[in-house]
Parts: sequence; C-alpha cells; structure tokens
Amino acid sequence: MAEPKVKYDRQLRIWGEQGQAALEKASICLLNCGPTGSETLKNLVLGGVGSITVVDGSKVEVGDLGNNFMVDESSVGESKAKCVCTFLQELNDAVKAKFIEDCPEELIETNPSFFSQFTLVIATQLVEDSMVKLDRICREANIILIFARSYGLMGLVRISVKEHTVIESKPDHFLDDLRLNNPWPELTRFTETIDLNTTDAVVQKHTPYIVILVKIAEEWANTHGGNLPSTREEKRQFKDLIKSKMITADEENYKEAMEASYKVFSPRGIGVSLQKIIDDSCTEVDSSSSDFWVMVAALKEFIANEGGGETPLEGSIPDMTSSTELYVNLQKTYQAKAEADFLVMEQRVRNLLKKIGRDPASISKANIKNFSKNARKLAVCRYRLIEEEFNSPVQSELQKYLTDEGHGTLQEANSVKVLPENTAAGLYILLRAADRFAVNYNKFPSEFDSEMDEDISRLKTTAVSLLNDLGCNSSTVSEDLINEMCRYGASELHVVSAFVGGVASQEVIKLITRQFIPMSGTFIFNGIDNNSQLLLL
Amino acid sequence: MADSIPQSRSRDLDKLLLRPGNLVGPTFEAGAQLRDDIKECVRVLVIGAGGLGCELLKDLAFSGFRNLEVIDMDRIEVTNLNRQFLFRLGDVGKPKAEVAAKRVMERVSGVDIKSHFCRIEDKPISFYNDFHIIVLGLDSIEARSYINSVACSFLEYDSDDNPQEESIKPMVDGGTEGFKGHARIIMPGVTPCFECTIWLFPPQVKFPLCTLAETPRTAAHCIEYAHLIKWDEAHSGKTFDPDDPEHMQWVYSEAVKRAELFGIPGVTYSLTQGVVKNIIPAIASTNAIISAACALETLKVVSGCSKTLTNYLTYNGVEGLHTKVTEFVRDKDCLVCGPGVLIELEASVTLKKFIDLLEDHPKLLLIRVSVTYRGKNLYMQAPPILEEMTRSNLDLPLFELMGKTPRDIVHVTGAAGKGDKKQSCSRKLRVVFKGMVGVTDMDMAGGA
Ligand SMILES: [Zn+2]
Repeated sequence: MAEPKVKYDRQLRIWGEQGQAALEKASICLLNCGPTGSETLKNLVLGGVGSITVVDGSKVEVGDLGNNFMVDESSVGESKAKCVCTFLQELNDAVKAKFIEDCPEELIETNPSFFSQFTLVIATQLVEDSMVKLDRICREANIILIFARSYGLMGLVRISVKEHTVIESKPDHFLDDLRLNNPWPELTRFTETIDLNTTDAVVQKHTPYIVILVKIAEEWANTHGGNLPSTREEKRQFKDLIKSKMITADEENYKEAMEASYKVFSPRGIGVSLQKIIDDSCTEVDSSSSDFWVMVAALKEFIANEGGGETPLEGSIPDMTSSTELYVNLQKTYQAKAEADFLVMEQRVRNLLKKIGRDPASISKANIKNFSKNARKLAVCRYRLIEEEFNSPVQSELQKYLTDEGHGTLQEANSVKVLPENTAAGLYILLRAADRFAVNYNKFPSEFDSEMDEDISRLKTTAVSLLNDLGCNSSTVSEDLINEMCRYGASELHVVSAFVGGVASQEVIKLITRQFIPMSGTFIFNGIDNNSQLLLL
Repeated sequence: MADSIPQSRSRDLDKLLLRPGNLVGPTFEAGAQLRDDIKECVRVLVIGAGGLGCELLKDLAFSGFRNLEVIDMDRIEVTNLNRQFLFRLGDVGKPKAEVAAKRVMERVSGVDIKSHFCRIEDKPISFYNDFHIIVLGLDSIEARSYINSVACSFLEYDSDDNPQEESIKPMVDGGTEGFKGHARIIMPGVTPCFECTIWLFPPQVKFPLCTLAETPRTAAHCIEYAHLIKWDEAHSGKTFDPDDPEHMQWVYSEAVKRAELFGIPGVTYSLTQGVVKNIIPAIASTNAIISAACALETLKVVSGCSKTLTNYLTYNGVEGLHTKVTEFVRDKDCLVCGPGVLIELEASVTLKKFIDLLEDHPKLLLIRVSVTYRGKNLYMQAPPILEEMTRSNLDLPLFELMGKTPRDIVHVTGAAGKGDKKQSCSRKLRVVFKGMVGVTDMDMAGGA
C-alpha cells in the first residue's frame, strides 16, 4: 500500500490536504455508465473520492467495446454497471465502489429518495424529461447535480445546485493586498524608519518596493492635494518620480517599483463582485443561515466599521528585491495586521452567532481565519433549475447566441483570436430538438441508417417548433448543422465522452473541494472546430 | 434492442466516418474504405506515456487507429498513479511505454501498439518519418522543441518556396498544468511550428545566485541555496540526485537550518521536492480533456471527418471554464520550419571544415554535429561504432560526398543554444557550392 500522500502528491499541490479530505468524504452516484459516465468517474476514482455508486440497467453490447474502456470482450451480455464498477475499483482500492443494476429513468420515477444519500449525483446521457425530474428531486434534497452528455461531436455539461459558495477561489491573477495607497498606521510607521535619500548604495539597492511606493505615494499626495495619480499623464509623472530616486540604472528594486506602480493607482476599497455578495439579502442572517453567510454578514460589518471600507488584510506579500531583514520585518508587519483584523472578524462572527441563537463557538477559529484571509476572493454561484432554463431561457441571451454570426476574428499582435460562431447555440437547440424528436418517434434522428432524409426534415420541423416555443421565432438553425446532428445519430464517441467526462469531473472536484470557481451556465462542447461555448441561459 | 443486424464494434465511430456531412474537411470521403484505411494504413506515433500519453493511447485506439507506437524513457513512479490510469501500484519501476501499450492492447482488441523505452534522441531521424502523424504528450519544452525540429526537417519546399504537401509531417501537441492546458495542431510550413511561437513558453526564471547567497527572503530561496550552493560545498564532486530520498532529506534539513537563521517561514519537505524537482501539479481531469481534444484533432487531420482546430486551443478551469481558440501565425524567418538556412561553400570545403563552420554560424551555433545527406550518414557523433565508420569522411570534400550535387538539402543534428543551456536539435541546411550553380538557381536559395 503506497503512502496516500505520495500517490496524491501532484494533486495535493493544487487542492491541499483539506481539499483531499473533502474528496475522500464524498459519496458520488453515477447514472448511466457509457463512456461519458465511465470517463467522468475514472478521473474521480483516480483522485481518491470516498465512494462511488454506479447505476445502469443495461447489458454490455458488442458496440460498447468500441467506445468504453471499462468493458471488454468477456463482459458482453453482462451487467454494464458491474463491469464498469469492477474496472474502476481496480484503479484505486481506497475507493468504495458499488453498483446497482437498475435503469436510472425508473429510479427517478419510482424511488426519488434514493438520491438523498449522496454528496453529488452525476447524471449522464439523460434526455430532457428525466433531467427535469431528477433536477427537481436533487434541488429538493439539496444534492449537487451535474449533467453530462455526449452526442456525436457535441456535448453538454451543466451544474445544478441552489447555491455554491466558495472561500478559497484561488484565482490565478489577483491584485496583491498591499494597501500601498491606503497604508495603516503600522505600515506607515515602518516606512518612516527608512530614508529613500540614503547615500548608502547597499541600503539603496535593498529597499523593498513596498516601502518605495508607500513613501512616494505619500510624497505625491502631499503635493497634489491629498490625491493619488489618476490620469495617464499623472501616472507617467509618478513613474518618473520613482525613476528620479534611482542613483544607478541597475537598481532592481526601483525597477520593480515602477512595474508595480499600478498597485498604487488601483482603487481603494472592495471590488464589484464582493460588493454584490455584501449586498445580497442572505447577509440578513438568522438561525437557518449557513456558516458562509454568517461570516459574510460579519465581513459586511467589518468593512463598514474597523475596515474603513477595506476587507481584513490578507497578510502575505510577494517576493521582491530586498535585504532579508527588511523583507522579513515587512512580512511580519503585514501578518500582524492580518492577525489583528482576523481577531476583530472573529469577535463579530461570535457575536452574530449569539444573536441568531447559535452556539458562538460553532464556527471554528481556523475557518474564520481562512475566510478572513480570502475575504476579497469570495464567490457565490447559483444555478437555475434546468426546467426553468428549458422552458424560459433568458431570451435576449439565447437570441444573441443564435444570431451571433461571429465567425469573426480578432486581430492581435501575432495571432488572431477566433471568435465562436453561433454553432454552439445551434447545437444546444438541436440537442433539445433531438430529445423532442425521440419522444415523438421513439428513436433519435437518424439513429439507424434507414429514413435518413426524412429524419433531417423531421428534425428541422422539431427545431423550428422548439424555437417558437422559446419565443425565438426569428432565429433559425443552419441546414448544415441539422444535417450534422442527423449524421451523429445519437452516437457516443469515445473522444467526445472523454472530453465531456473530463470537464464534468473537473467541475465535480471544484464543487466538492469548495475550491476554485465552478463554471456557470450551460457548457456546450463543439467538437466541429473546438470552439466551445458557455451559454448563460 | 433487436438483434437482427449483428452489431459492430465500431457502431458509434461508423456514423462519423461512414456518413457524409457538410461541415467536414476538404479531403473527407465518407465510407468503409476510409475507416479501413485508418485502421490498416495510418501509423501514429505518441510521444510520452505519462498523464497525456496514457489517455492518448486509449483515445486513439477508440478513434479507429490500429497502428500505434509510443516512446517514453521514464519508469512508473508512485506519484503517477493519481492520473496515469493505465498503471497500478505493482507496475512501479517498470517502463511506462511498455506497460501503457500492454494495458491498452489488453482492453481494446485489434489494436497494435509498439513501445519504445528510450530517449527521443536515441531514435534515428528516419524513425520519425515513418509515421503519418505525431502526437505529443510531453511536459518539457526541450523535448517538444526537439520533436518539432525533427518533424520540420522532413519538410521540403518547391522552387517557389511553397511547402510540398507530401513532405508535411503533421503534429498534434498537448500540455497541461493544474486546471489549465492547451492543444494545438502543427502543420509544418502551413501553421506555426513550436519554434515560431516559442514565446508562448517563456523560460523559467531562476533565482539570482546573489539572492540565494546573500539576501534570501523566501522558503524557496533557502531550498535552492541548500540545493545549488551548499550541496557542492559539502559533497566534493558527488552529484546531487533528486530521486535519492537521502539527498532530498539533506537538502531539506539544510534549508530548514538556513530558514531558521534568517527567520524565514515555510520550508517543508513537500515544498523542497517541488522546488528542487520543479514539480508541475497534475490531475486526471485536465489530462483527459486535453488528450481528448488532441486525439479528436488527430482523427480530423487524418480523415477530414470534421473541420480542424485553427490552430491553438487553450483551456482554463480555474475560475469557471474558459476555452479559447487562437489562430497563431507563422514566423516567416523561422529557422526550423522555414525553407532552411542557406550555407554557401567552396567546392573544396571538407566535411570537417563544414562541421566547424556550423559552430561559428551566428544563426546556428551548433556543436557536436552529425551530418546526413539523403538518408546517408556522412558523419555520426554516436554511437562509437558509427563514429568510427564515418570518421574517414571528415577529410573528404562535402561536394564529393554529396555526389557533386551543386545545391541540395543537408540535415544536421547536434546541440544548439548559448552558454551551458545547449539542447538537442535538428536543422535543415540549404547547401550551395559557389561557382557550381547558375545565377538563376542562386536566386531561389536565398529564401531563409
Ligand atoms: Zn517555425
């Protein structure tokens, strides 16, 4: 038995031990284990989810051998759920794997309470009617649901959950929380101990840019009526001012200061997306509020009071040219402020908990600290019921996606960005039309080689009536795309399934670890030219 | 389901390959013939049997390809098991290429996968010319660069400097890091090659030695001090081996000592490994996504069954889900995929002198050069037996060795680059002998 820490090393570096623990606690249900389902689950089993339950009522057919890695010659005629489950277990013996030989559609109809035992349900290859029913069941039971579908060269992935909140969104590029344009007293005091007009060349070269920028920003404000640079010209002058403090041309710290000067120009206070969260009605907390919203309510108070319009300080600084001593002391100054802000936050959280009649100790210190540190990066994702999207999509958006002739390109320096055409939206409409078609004709368009031409015109009629029902009478789907959809004949290609399953499993990981931000909207994989799109309907 | 028609294993793929369509490539001819050609005639090489390679072999096997080969020099490690789904705990220590090939053949019947457990540079250039398409599942810029230069060396230009279609060796390249990845198609001479857009892969920034020695600030600085400076001081002559746990442990404890000395927080064993081995985080899902995109594009390039990606796809799942297609453009002066560097020589120049010349050539700066002409080894640096066999050519005039051809393409391999950062590469040269060609011929040789 390998040390799990070693086995999972490459992913622990992404989501850490807490993320891994969340995965190992999760219990996941898969509906239908064709290639799309099998590939989704494969990625999760490798990552070490707690348990999986594979639900599929079908037997392995010869055709399955051409698209599903989890079945083989010897499994023809046997339960597909069993074969897939056996193979998946082979991948990771730490995962509890079981299977249920039952038809998912039947389970949805007859045993809705079945789904409430899981952390998350992955529903693959379901048609519209079953999707809608399952969605209602999971929403009611507050179970996270994710749909994944492969159809010829297209695919769909859609998350459905009432609300998903994220503390550790871990964005790639996020402005450092340095408060250069709004220093707190201890930081100002720290910078006051350093003289930028030193004649000591060693000191000159080892003054960190934080100190340089705080001091020059202060100098600027003193001569500009307390304001910081805002126009392009002022920003240029500000950089010139930094440059004028250099003694020789090779002072890395001053070069860094000029490059980081935008951090002085950035607006004070909180960003738009955090403002939206603060303004959410959920911040009026009561005993039924989640820990997240209790902490947001405390954050709101903090910003309005002690924070003076700012969140608690994050408390870390990027590496920069500096003497070790100055850097370490600067780091301590930031950490001390972050710790002080956290203590205030903690008090506010405890008071709020008491106020709403909860145990004041019911949110751990560690959680509040983590929240405090990540306050600027919070995220809240909410998803419409799939039924709402299907019956009343955001019409203006759908119209836009459908008519977007796009096919444009955007000239950049040494490349051209290829803009998505309306293909993805067309595929979305046609997939839904194919499901309607299946209700009427008991087969998918051109599923079999007979009646190819008839099916093309039938699918067209179905698509037109669907667009009508959605209030998009003026929109059309191209003949080529209708033809293409019929060509696919409801095939489940392995590569498309692997892509769709890859996306679905990645979203599952984000949802379970509560790290990073899951996708919003409905993802349409466009395998024709790989220009996939997220439709916000 | 009614069993009147016996079901085929290629039930799903057949729809894509046997049915005509309108949104397809110009060469697409739907039918059983196409399916059978893919099965019987098309040869695909997968480079790398790691996170991407394992997925690629499976995906290609299910895309109708039957003749696959895979090359990888690595052995299976425990840290591979969170994503390289063809390997089990009991496989640790075995060659990746061999195990991956075996596992896919076990499960997808009819597929033949030949494995090569060696470095990519160990294969003769001609090995790579044997494939219709090369799919790259690599995590190193150097290796991509090498394969790219090899594939581009097969490219021939006509007298109007247009690439000759039958000499184009298509490549499909994938790469991942954490939740992000890319997939691209390289058609040498048509779309930008790896070198045309090398700026997409900026070299990793190294810490200045003076920072490590004098002003460490971060845990990584302390680790690199122990790894790059202290190790050599303490172990005269013994090379540091990142795979030796005792060595790693030594670096870790030295880094801890240094961090304590300077009051720097954050040195852990895991970070030490990460910094020293430059570990790139990797997960199954991203590898699956990128490999699937690569395999699909491979099928499209070969069959024309749909439009192809033009020409670079990026995927980012960190904040929501973002995919973007970018059409990069070729660098007209690219040394690798252009018509070749022009070398003008006197007819009397010996092979030895020619080789020396390449070392000083400002565009090439090639050392340890081996030379081949029309598939014939003129001089080989290695292996020793070949070196000995070709050594006598060194004193002969190149003009003679080339059968007195006044102007032709010569392939050379060697190491290029500045300072100690040399890397293996292959270059195509347009050799012209002065006074042996007419003026009109000279005009067309100046394209590079
Ligand atoms: Zn190039």
